[in-house]
Amino acid sequence: MPAPVAVRRRTRAGSARIRFGFAVIAVYVVAAAIGPWLFRYDPVGTRTADRLKPPFTRLSDGSFAIFGTDQVGQDLFAQMLQGARISIAVGLATLVLAGTIGVTIGLAAGYFGGWLDGVLMRLADIQLAFPSILLAIFIAALLGPSVVNVVIVLAVANWVTFARVARGQALATRRREFVDASRTLGAGTWRLVTRCVLPACVAPVLVVATVEIGHVILAEASLSFLGLGTPASTPSWGVTIANGRNYLADAWWISTIPGIALAFLVISLGVLGDALRDRYDPRLRSL
Amino acid sequence: MTLLSVRDLRVEFATSGGVVTAVDGASFDVDAGETVALLGESGSGKSVTAQALLGIVPKPAGRVCGGSISYDGRDLLAPGAAKGLRGREIAMVFQDPLSSLNPVFRVGAQIGEMFRRHRGASRREARAAALDLMQRVGIPAASKRLDDYPHQFSGGMRQRVMIAMALALSPRLLIADEPTTALDVTVQAQIMQLLTRLQSEEGMSLVLITHDLGVVADVADRVVLMYAGRVVETGPLREVYEHSAHPYTSGLMASVPALDGPRDRLIPIQGSPPDLLSLPSGCSFRPRCQYADAVCADVEPDLRQLSGRPTHRAACHHPEGALTHAH
Repeated sequence: MPAPVAVRRRTRAGSARIRFGFAVIAVYVVAAAIGPWLFRYDPVGTRTADRLKPPFTRLSDGSFAIFGTDQVGQDLFAQMLQGARISIAVGLATLVLAGTIGVTIGLAAGYFGGWLDGVLMRLADIQLAFPSILLAIFIAALLGPSVVNVVIVLAVANWVTFARVARGQALATRRREFVDASRTLGAGTWRLVTRCVLPACVAPVLVVATVEIGHVILAEASLSFLGLGTPASTPSWGVTIANGRNYLADAWWISTIPGIALAFLVISLGVLGDALRDRYDPRLRSL
Repeated sequence: MTLLSVRDLRVEFATSGGVVTAVDGASFDVDAGETVALLGESGSGKSVTAQALLGIVPKPAGRVCGGSISYDGRDLLAPGAAKGLRGREIAMVFQDPLSSLNPVFRVGAQIGEMFRRHRGASRREARAAALDLMQRVGIPAASKRLDDYPHQFSGGMRQRVMIAMALALSPRLLIADEPTTALDVTVQAQIMQLLTRLQSEEGMSLVLITHDLGVVADVADRVVLMYAGRVVETGPLREVYEHSAHPYTSGLMASVPALDGPRDRLIPIQGSPPDLLSLPSGCSFRPRCQYADAVCADVEPDLRQLSGRPTHRAACHHPEGALTHAH
């Protein structure tokens, strides 16, 4: 019966948005992965002759600066490609760290319940009640600026969302009959958690991760903008935007173009996350 | 030889309305190789009894608060005792085979997991053993279906998968909790035949929990009838079916249509199962019983042996009433 299949395929939620989101993100990832090889960026190089050139300028060495140059004559396009690498790497590393911590805590709280659940979730409440950017600034100031520290800071600020989602799934799954069935057939606690409860968390956690990675990349840019993120020698987008702030009146492109690039990536991730949630959230499926 | 012995089992549940005694002093035995049917309506405590046997009473709401369960001389209620026996010695088959199979793993892997976990089998050995089991429980084209997911199977085939998993380690006691209730009538008979065939092949004991007298009639050696958490009648199948001594039992018999018998009107049991939060005084079946009198309201009847029937016992003050009335 081909007809029902076709109908179902057409009504699957958010296919266009999912494809759009993945396409945009793929462009960014490819650019970040291979861009810095094609367009060399030297973090300590300066070329005063080419300072503050607007987009689409031919430089003194004959190369073409599609996005112009910054206040020390660096090609902005090459700098952004390098920055994309750092922003995406920090985003992914933070998600992995925050996700691992959060899912572990959430599973423990949801599966075992009782006082453990109480303690862990009050901890999460405290974390939520504390402004995360303030906490990040505090920790960053203590640890000093470096890429690894940024990841730690952002993971500390973001594990709660993962913990909440994993806990909810664990609560919903642990009383499902197949968990009892596995238990009656001799599965121990570790096996029940990893084979029965954890797989149920994967889809919602991935959805949360797509939404969160946008926040994380933005937060990394904010920290770098404030001078508490990556050091100046690793030009993440936040650093580039911060550098251009003093030249906004004369050279708008230094801050604006990385800002647009950042906004577009974050919006695409948000669209993708929403579309994935629409497709995989069972509560929305019947709508 | 007695394999499983349950004595005065009590299981309580804390609910928002108060403490409910889901199982209230249930006692019964299961011999090696025997099929015992645990019969009763919803809420009679039969499934909770099974959960208590395996140590999976839902916590923290429920707890076993009295009595003893001994399996092959071992105390199953001792902390951790049931855990070591699950799967190896005692296995369970559930009512709804779709919700009792893990939806995210292929069935071959789920069956094979039993061998990998308990026997330390390699992936290949486990797969071969899973295939063998799937053939034994009668799944057609088993080698192709090893890599299917549970949702790709029909209800009857899923239950066969579940049975295959339960039998993987050759347990000596299989508890089947309403194994056919969620299935089509035509499939029900096949599954029951499969269970009884496997039971005789393996020589294992079977505790069959059901509300369906028809399912029991063909397979059980003995029946244990439960009502409101108590055992109200127990005895050999023929004896209980033909000479039911408890009014509840005879009421159940009268409310089942017989395909081959005369087409009389079915006689339902009046009233509804009691609210476990506010059980009537004395005999809990009293409000629905046509033989009830003042004694029934005051004294809770014990499970007593019936005169002239050494293996047949009923918890009723007026067993003669039901005995003379029926058949």
